[in-house]
Amino acid sequence: MKKILALFTLAAALTAISFTLENPGVGYVVGDTARDFSLQNVDGKKVALADMKDAKGYIVVFTCNHCPYAIAYEDRIIELHKKYAPLGYPVVAINPNDKDVQPADSFENMKKRVKEKNIPYAYLYDQTQEIAKTYGATRTPHVYLLDKDRVVRYIGAIDDNSEDASAAKEKYVENAIDALRAGQEVAVKQTKAIGCGIKWSRAKSE
Amino acid sequence: MKQRSLVFLFLINALVLPAQDIQFIKSGQIEQWKQADTDTVWVLNFWATWCAPCVAELPSFEKLNANYADQKVKVVLISTDFKREVETRVKSFVKKKKLKSQVVFMDESNPNNWIDLVSPEWSGAIPATLIISKSKNQYLFFEKQLSYEELETALRSVL
Repeated sequence: MKKILALFTLAAALTAISFTLENPGVGYVVGDTARDFSLQNVDGKKVALADMKDAKGYIVVFTCNHCPYAIAYEDRIIELHKKYAPLGYPVVAINPNDKDVQPADSFENMKKRVKEKNIPYAYLYDQTQEIAKTYGATRTPHVYLLDKDRVVRYIGAIDDNSEDASAAKEKYVENAIDALRAGQEVAVKQTKAIGCGIKWSRAKSE
Repeated sequence: MKQRSLVFLFLINALVLPAQDIQFIKSGQIEQWKQADTDTVWVLNFWATWCAPCVAELPSFEKLNANYADQKVKVVLISTDFKREVETRVKSFVKKKKLKSQVVFMDESNPNNWIDLVSPEWSGAIPATLIISKSKNQYLFFEKQLSYEELETALRSVL
């Protein structure tokens, strides 16, 4: 009886593992080492994390031009960069949306947005969507906080109130960076938020 | 003459009848739907007026709502728009599209507190749909845009 039970448990575990492996949308979890990339910035130059020699970490934000949640957070992302880039934690924004599915998120419109808003951080175009897929990003905005070794230390929302910045009580990303800077464990490692689903290219998804 | 006045009455009604009121719900409602001991199947769709794939799939939910009106199936469209826009943008959208399915607004400021209640599988991207069938003890969750066929197949599997 015990043997049967053990076999059953093993089978269940294997099923769970194979399900995880087959699910391409899983991406990184906290503790994984994130891959670097080389993506085109709005100024036409390629940007890689490794280029940022003085960085002690990276605030990687999957975001875009059109999504109201992303727009609601835009000023807060700019503030994050202004506050933390001088401390060694720059924002690296990545637009993963397919321009044929959402024309507002084209590279040309990214450039326009940067000019209009005076965006001070790198705003990169993940044209093949490979980076978003590898990271496991599903929505905009979607933050991955990496330490200097590119180990993922936090995944999720910027704070706990997308509609109203002044009403936000918990600033998840700031708290996580402050913990990293103090050499402490990040208390809240993962959060979820409503966001616009990433506009995957039609050729690759249904 | 009688017919004409009927038509006239109908027109007046169409002009004057207000769009459905948008009820505000709290996250506890999700738990209630999931735990209620009922043979009603709940089809919960999470959407927003500005979300193009959400708007594109709304007709499928409306069609499902109409086609299964005589069965114990309830479609609820749960708006995740900004609260300040419910009375304006959402309400006028519901009116313009003549939505018949019940539309409610999720009145919670921190989605991190309720996304997992809907489904631990849900990352938070919309559109998303949860079908609850207590009599079959089944929860079907989808984080993608659904066609009518996909929606109906899912519903039939738990009816």
